[in-house]
Amino acid sequence: MPEVLSALFAMNPMKISQNIAISENGFLFNPATGDSFSTNACGKEIIRLLQEGQSQAQILEALQREFEVDQASLEKDLADFLYMLGNYRLLDANAQ
Amino acid sequence: MSSGRTPCTVAVSGLNNIDSPGPGMPVIRALRESSNLEVRIVGLSYDSLEPGLYMHDLVDKSYQIPLPSAGTEALLERLKYIQSIEQIDVLIPNFDAELHNFIRIAPLLRDSLRIKTFLPDLADFDARHKAVLFEYGQQHGVLVPKSHTVFTLMEFHRALEANTYPVVVKGKYYDAQIAYSADEAVSAFYKISAKWGLPVLLQEHVRGTEVNVTVLGDGTGSCIGAVPMRKLYITDKGKAWAGVSIEDEALMQLSRTLIESARWKGPCELEFMRSEEGEYYLMEMNPRFPAWVYLACGCGQNHPEALVQMAMGYHPEPMTRYRVGHMFIRYSQDLIVPMEEFEKISTLGEL
Repeated sequence: MPEVLSALFAMNPMKISQNIAISENGFLFNPATGDSFSTNACGKEIIRLLQEGQSQAQILEALQREFEVDQASLEKDLADFLYMLGNYRLLDANAQ
Repeated sequence: MSSGRTPCTVAVSGLNNIDSPGPGMPVIRALRESSNLEVRIVGLSYDSLEPGLYMHDLVDKSYQIPLPSAGTEALLERLKYIQSIEQIDVLIPNFDAELHNFIRIAPLLRDSLRIKTFLPDLADFDARHKAVLFEYGQQHGVLVPKSHTVFTLMEFHRALEANTYPVVVKGKYYDAQIAYSADEAVSAFYKISAKWGLPVLLQEHVRGTEVNVTVLGDGTGSCIGAVPMRKLYITDKGKAWAGVSIEDEALMQLSRTLIESARWKGPCELEFMRSEEGEYYLMEMNPRFPAWVYLACGCGQNHPEALVQMAMGYHPEPMTRYRVGHMFIRYSQDLIVPMEEFEKISTLGEL
């Protein structure tokens, strides 16, 4: 695993910001900023796992079980997605 | 059969429901939805093409009133005439430029014409003016970007030297432009002073996200209602075309503290910038309902209704809850108006 990804997955579990609402269709609304986003089924699943308090490594395992994808691509895509969540201020800053 | 609601006649200005809308029509819609008041609406207009004049389902009767530049005497005379026909209980002025006149004649309206208002006094009105907002913020514990009020180009150049770019050039009532160089700033100075007159304000630029709060104060230190909104779509005139109610306790606390500390009386719109560091800077305090005030009503806080109740001597309970994640989206629609109606308001001054 590349060094950056290793560091990411060794971090404390990331937490999704409080009060973030996500619908069945994968529509996210951040009530603190008024921003809204759409995500696909895979993104919705990652957010659900984050809301359950799962660590990055646990999420990786869960996704590997669910999707047929090689580990390197999955790690990279998950890292990108988590980075994007942070960038859009959807992660709890205190838990990062 | 009685509806159980208190009947009252409310005069409302700001019927210009255009792309840079006045707050009159949203105020009227909120009053029409009141569960406590049964309102008759008297519209006050400055121009025969204000769309609200022709919205007869919302406005019962309309009268032209003299432009603010005509002064208080002309305004008072016109209102005397209107009141000889109507029985206006409460008057809600909604234009920045007319507020000064209405505040000055408010005691006369109350004593001579039995028309109630719910406005700040002149000292409070002037204290939150753009030109002195920095000092106002210091007085009430709110951050405000530093600004210079300038009356001449020479003063403007001196103020520019004391700032780093970008800077914001603002008109005394409306308009603001961000300038990234001295050339851009000077060009903005000419443009804004030509349109809105002098002085012009030169303000420190704060990078961040704009968030606005519509607030109602009772004048004795209580905040009767407050709803925050983030703009989602802005027109080329900088006006919100869509927005959403948000949840931000720090912003709400700051807004309540300001209204309580200033003992603000009446409606106001607080325009904040949430900086990238998470600090809130008060950019403007508009002493009237914003044009998006109907969103507050849609979120469960009917501010125009509460204002009328307070003007009539009632004490509505402070509204502390509101629905988060409710949006407003404006739309435009063509009204079909017979020429007779336009003729009537243009020639007789009433419709």
